[in-house]
Amino acid sequence: MGDKPATKGRPATKARSGARRSRPASTPAGEAALQGSAQEPEFVQLLTPEGERVEHPDYSVDFTDEQLQGLYRDLVIVRRLDLESTALQRQGHLAIWASLEGQEAAQIGSGRALRKQDMAFPTYREHGVLWCRGVDPTAPHGLFRGNDHGDWDPAEHNANLYTLVIGAQTLHAVGYAMGINYDGKVGSDDGEASIVYFGDGASSQGDVHEACVFAGVYHAPVVFFCQNNQYAISEPVERQTRTPIYQRAAGYGFPGVRVDGNDVLACYAVARHALDAARHGQGPTLIEAYTYRMGAHTTTDDPTRYRTGSEVESWKQRDPITRMRTYLAKAGIGDDDFFASVDADADRITGRLREFVIGLPDPDPSRLFEHVYAEESPLQDAERAWFEQYQSSFVGEGAH
Amino acid sequence: MAKQQGPLTGTQTLTIGKALNLGLRRALEDDPKVLLMGEDVGRLGGVFRITDGLQKDFGEDRVLDSPLAEAGIVGTAIGLAMRGYRPVCEMQFDGFSYPAFDQVTNQLAKMHYRSRGRITLPVVIRIPFGGGIGSVEHHSESPETYYMHTAGLKVVTPSTAVDAYFMIQQAIRSNDPVIFLEPKARYYEKGEVDLDAPVTAAEPLHRSRVVRAGTDATVVGYGPTMRVLRDSADAAAEDGRSLELVDLRTLSPLDLDPVYESVKRTGRLVVVHEAPTNLGPAAEVAARVQSECFYSLEAPVQRVTGFDTPYPASKLEEHFLPDLDRVLDAVDRTFSY
Repeated sequence: MGDKPATKGRPATKARSGARRSRPASTPAGEAALQGSAQEPEFVQLLTPEGERVEHPDYSVDFTDEQLQGLYRDLVIVRRLDLESTALQRQGHLAIWASLEGQEAAQIGSGRALRKQDMAFPTYREHGVLWCRGVDPTAPHGLFRGNDHGDWDPAEHNANLYTLVIGAQTLHAVGYAMGINYDGKVGSDDGEASIVYFGDGASSQGDVHEACVFAGVYHAPVVFFCQNNQYAISEPVERQTRTPIYQRAAGYGFPGVRVDGNDVLACYAVARHALDAARHGQGPTLIEAYTYRMGAHTTTDDPTRYRTGSEVESWKQRDPITRMRTYLAKAGIGDDDFFASVDADADRITGRLREFVIGLPDPDPSRLFEHVYAEESPLQDAERAWFEQYQSSFVGEGAH
Repeated sequence: MAKQQGPLTGTQTLTIGKALNLGLRRALEDDPKVLLMGEDVGRLGGVFRITDGLQKDFGEDRVLDSPLAEAGIVGTAIGLAMRGYRPVCEMQFDGFSYPAFDQVTNQLAKMHYRSRGRITLPVVIRIPFGGGIGSVEHHSESPETYYMHTAGLKVVTPSTAVDAYFMIQQAIRSNDPVIFLEPKARYYEKGEVDLDAPVTAAEPLHRSRVVRAGTDATVVGYGPTMRVLRDSADAAAEDGRSLELVDLRTLSPLDLDPVYESVKRTGRLVVVHEAPTNLGPAAEVAARVQSECFYSLEAPVQRVTGFDTPYPASKLEEHFLPDLDRVLDAVDRTFSY
């Protein structure tokens, strides 16, 4: 993706107003959204579920055909990797998997909106964001296999490790963004920002509230990217809040905006706009990407216990990949050869994932004691020495 | 706390509180990445005035008055540390450190391990701890066991002005997260400190120390109980009994070699702390001493600690806290076997 801002700059007066920037329901985007379902909320949309490009007065994208193809390719590949990962769990090669199916547009749109210097703080379902950050798609699988706690270098990719305690990472992203301010790295196109991913369930956590408080009062260059996928395991979003999540931003003194989370173009536009505002010193934004978790919470979950098939079916009609494919085909940007080549790419990358996961050896037991501390670690040293001696006492019984 | 009058140099008689203040000042001077953050630490100088005058001299971007949110303080400190800063967080009181418990034990403590060493978090969390100040509930807790029990954290506590001055600087220089427990009832105790001595020449941070030599029994304490130990040793001496005193100083990692060495000579051990008995630091010390010094012990290890109750209302705290009589009673018990 190009690094050129794809959205127009935000006027400073507006940025500081704290007013929400979503459109009233009378806009074309709102009408389009409402066609799908009477319950669908107003949000920023640039590509309808039917694959129609619509305009929005505040948000736009200016992609080349090649860039649009790139977004489609991202969406397809991360879904294929995800489906393969679920299969690998079912086949016993992973202990557990947290599927992103349905949330590809939210993750690819926001992930591609990041600039190289920005820092992403994922929760544990952001495989698509990691993909955009250039993290090897096999990197999260050690965690889900039980080999490690995430084996990529956060500093190399500007993508933190996954965080499993819901919402805890929002504070880390805000602290990091405060550091950006103290480093003087705001105020220009070269400025930096952090983005933190969390869900509708996390919005109830005290840490998320505190993160918004700190972000507001310290005017931190951070984007809160909430993927409202409608469920926290079994609990519907109505169990978390009576008001739309994005509206909470007003209480913290920064803008909130709701975007069609199944629309990769809108997610890109809204996230790029918020990130650029942050890097230019205009403070935080809360984005609520309105989407749906098509699969189970994780492979241990059974969603048929708490939601209906007709609800899932209605969201299938709003699939992020189908609408992009329809749009590309109708606009003459993608033909059958292109779609076939993307599928072939996805097969190749997925094949490599499968090979990697199945071939992943168990970690050496000595890893138990490694890196507990950066400096002196006498207790762990003593325990390691004992453990190694104990292990070696099993000579002849397959000791390792 | 007295206002600073010009730069202090040379050897000075300082309270523990002032020594901490000057140690923090020196850390801020030595490293521009050091930040102080907490509730009321700026303009007010902290409720105990430990950060007095520092925001005035180093600015609001180095000494941050934070929102009233302990998880927020520690959580943002983690992000700042990932960005290359060395945040020093103040929890206003021990009981207020618990709202930050997830950020401390799940996040701060584990990040180095789970990232396989790729992320280091040089964060110091200062907690005024212990009782004896006649305050209301949640202001007199002894939370050390929670933090000692958590791998990935280091836990230290000074008991003298000289240790306060150097240990806070050493903790800030550490690349590991350090829980820095300040004996709040002792903030006004005084000692001699050579302010110009290099930090690198001070007693290492994670070392315990024999602070008084003796021959008849070993008494171990740390932080706020060290004064009780000294008073007990004085009283015992009048009765012709010689107590050897050990100041643990570091609770994680524990440094028990000086204790083993001492117990092997005296054969008797009393461990004193304000934290409740059950699973308290003394339990770990006793378990390790019986393992290392089994054939030297003349009596079971005795514990003198707070009771296994919530911290009581302040009119009762004199009964809760270990005092001279309870320590000497325990020493007597070691002679009854």
